[in-house]
Amino acid sequence: MSLEASVGTRRGDLDLRVDVEVADGEVLALLGPNGAGKSTFVRVLAGLLPPDRGRVVVGGEVWDDGVTSRPAHRRALGMVFQDALLFPHLSVADNVAFGLRTRGARRGEARAAAAAWLTRVGLDGLGARRPAELSGGQAQRAALARALVGDPALLLLDEPLSALDARTRLTVRAELRRHLAAFRGSTVLVTHDPVDAMALADRVVVLEEGRVVQTGTPAEVARRPRTDYVARLVGLSLLPGTGAGRSVRLDCGAAVAIAEEAAGPVFAAIRPESVALYTTRPDGSTRNLWRERVVGATPHGATVRCELDGEVPLVADVTATSFAEMGLVPGAEVWAGVKASEVAVYAR
Amino acid sequence: MRPLLVLLAAAALLAGCGADDPDADRPGGTLTVYAAASLIDVFERVEAAYRERHPDVDVDIGYLSSAGAATAISQGAPIDVFASADERQMQVVADAGLAEDPQVFAENVLTLAVPEGNPAGVTGLADLAREDLAVALCAPDAPCGAAAERLLAAAGVTARPDTYEEDARATLQKVELGEVDAALVYVTDAAARQQTVDAIEVPEAAAAANRYPISVLAGARDPAAAQAFVDLVLSAEGRELLRDAGFRTP
Amino acid sequence: MTRPATRVPGPLLVPAALGVAFLVLPLLGLLVRTPWSQLAGQLAEPAVGQALRLSLVSATLATALSLVLGVPLAWVLARSRARGRSVLRALVTVPLVLPPVVGGVALFLVLGRQGIVGSWLDDAFGITIPFTTAAVVIAETFVAMPFLVISVEGALRAADSRFEDVAATLGAGRWTTFRRVTLPLVAPGIAAGAVLCWARALGEFGATITFAGNFPGTTQTMPLAVYLALQRDPDAAIVLSVVLLAVSLATLLLLRDRWLGRAGAA
Repeated sequence: MSLEASVGTRRGDLDLRVDVEVADGEVLALLGPNGAGKSTFVRVLAGLLPPDRGRVVVGGEVWDDGVTSRPAHRRALGMVFQDALLFPHLSVADNVAFGLRTRGARRGEARAAAAAWLTRVGLDGLGARRPAELSGGQAQRAALARALVGDPALLLLDEPLSALDARTRLTVRAELRRHLAAFRGSTVLVTHDPVDAMALADRVVVLEEGRVVQTGTPAEVARRPRTDYVARLVGLSLLPGTGAGRSVRLDCGAAVAIAEEAAGPVFAAIRPESVALYTTRPDGSTRNLWRERVVGATPHGATVRCELDGEVPLVADVTATSFAEMGLVPGAEVWAGVKASEVAVYAR
Repeated sequence: MRPLLVLLAAAALLAGCGADDPDADRPGGTLTVYAAASLIDVFERVEAAYRERHPDVDVDIGYLSSAGAATAISQGAPIDVFASADERQMQVVADAGLAEDPQVFAENVLTLAVPEGNPAGVTGLADLAREDLAVALCAPDAPCGAAAERLLAAAGVTARPDTYEEDARATLQKVELGEVDAALVYVTDAAARQQTVDAIEVPEAAAAANRYPISVLAGARDPAAAQAFVDLVLSAEGRELLRDAGFRTP
Repeated sequence: MTRPATRVPGPLLVPAALGVAFLVLPLLGLLVRTPWSQLAGQLAEPAVGQALRLSLVSATLATALSLVLGVPLAWVLARSRARGRSVLRALVTVPLVLPPVVGGVALFLVLGRQGIVGSWLDDAFGITIPFTTAAVVIAETFVAMPFLVISVEGALRAADSRFEDVAATLGAGRWTTFRRVTLPLVAPGIAAGAVLCWARALGEFGATITFAGNFPGTTQTMPLAVYLALQRDPDAAIVLSVVLLAVSLATLLLLRDRWLGRAGAA
């Protein structure tokens, strides 16, 4: 049970070309902005959309060979959609049992399996309810049970958490993690939330405009984003430039002092918590000091994330108290300081 | 006023407003006639003759089932002259106090109508009792249906109709479409459809003829114009037109 | 689920009230003029019971036939990507604009003894359709089925087709998906369409009297009986109309309660 997919297809403006492999028990997150082709790709994997060309092989069985496409209902897969999409006319238990019944299980068997799965996802005793009587989190748990009950070779999760409110998302994410750890097949998780990718995936594929732009473990991708999109997602300021000894000459003109030697085309990445802000020019040993202007501010718990523009585009986190004391309203002029040792440098 | 469909009453009400129009009192105004559907061919010619003599009168003739016409008139439809296919429906109008002086102007007899070529080999009234034939009769409440009942009773034939059609024309239509093997229709209707329908004369029919009365109606907007129309129908010229169409005249 | 009562905006109130008056006053007029003393006598007439029974049976059969043919047709109109679909839709709704009497004549031309299909049926099997109860059902179906098709097509278009995707990922083939997911999802639309269809079939007159003729017990439905009674005895016609009205309203209210009851549990 493993997934090998090499898919090419056009849908309107989108020209999708994706090659991925997912091992047994592995969770691959497909991360990307809206319109990048993530959903199109999983629809191809599900057999809901025949690809123009390509090959999809799951557990040694060919699902697509570019000529013939096995219809969705003949693929051993489970899929969870953003809005749960439980059948409104069936009870929760019948929803979960649906896939078993269509695949020929007896009513009694299907009921028993559905009940067992409902217990596993924490919906014990809610089987007789109608989907409309469930909360969003409960509905998504039921949808997961419905996808997993048939023990599929491939599990597709299409934005499974994005319709949930923040609190529920937290708990459902944790449960999902547990279920994915126990799942023996391959999983493809579509998300535009880096936290989902970090928390749930073994490996991340970043998709932009139909192309894979980066692949790696969540930690790698977070530490060393290769595109603005990913960098912004993980909160890093990503500064492309050229290494020149212990400094990077940025493409935008400014120079960044760094702690180690670097040469050739590189990225300099700066975490928002590493950026210190001052209303007046500070004295001291800070090597990187730039004039900046606050262009945006978003509260993030106890901190406020400030978007800065000036010599170097940066993102900085300050405490809510400092934010108020320093009067960092958009338009305010500030000094931004970053220690050379806080700048991560990696090859482009 | 006897109750009837609201639509009819509403139509009567609207048209009744028109009667208050001062122009309607002017001699040589309008003349509206309701005539039995079986009169359509002959009355079109009568209408032409009338227009020739009274070019200043605006004539309008509506053709409908006698029963439908009688009901509408009783409900107050602003009609000046009524020509019915039987005396029973004229009596309905007379009972409402609306028919001033009904006079019989024509008689019509029934005939057996069969599709062209007579595929079922019908020879006479007795064939109407054959179970293997599809037979249409007029509904008993229609004048042609009443006449058919009289005729069959007199001939001692128990017909096995498949349908009782609403009026003479609907009955004839079923023969024209070839959907029935035989039907009892008016001689005049069969004559008007010689191309598509064959007629088989029924000797017994003469005794069961139905009589067509005509009358100026009470409240005619232009009684002189209305009387002129009735007079034309009863005149020698009118009789000749009727006889040409296959009617008998008294 | 109940919503809080919404207040009707003023500009809607007057036309809405006029609309109600326009629709209800004729019925009231019918009731006011009904010679109630005749009611018992008319109901005791065997011919009236016969016509009423025939009307109910044939309208119900026509609705059943419309469901069997119309729901799949609605699905094709709503979901198929085939070209010429808009032409097909226009053709299907032709009976809505066709005068029913013309519809009756058209049926003759196809299913009559001389008709394209009818003559073959007659030659091959000795089956003739006109002037039979089957003809009543066919005429009513012809006129009433478009109401069902349009309403089910609307329901199918409004239904969330992602549920069908979900069913496919759960191993359901097209037929299973249609049966177990699509149909239940659009059931309210089908019910509404069936009611419209039944009501239209029950009141059908023109196509029926043309294609099926008029014979008590076989093809004389209530509307035909009413029409013919009108020629003889308008009071009797009103009584028959009121009987037809009462029976059809009672049936619809009964069904509505049942459906609403079920929908409420969903």
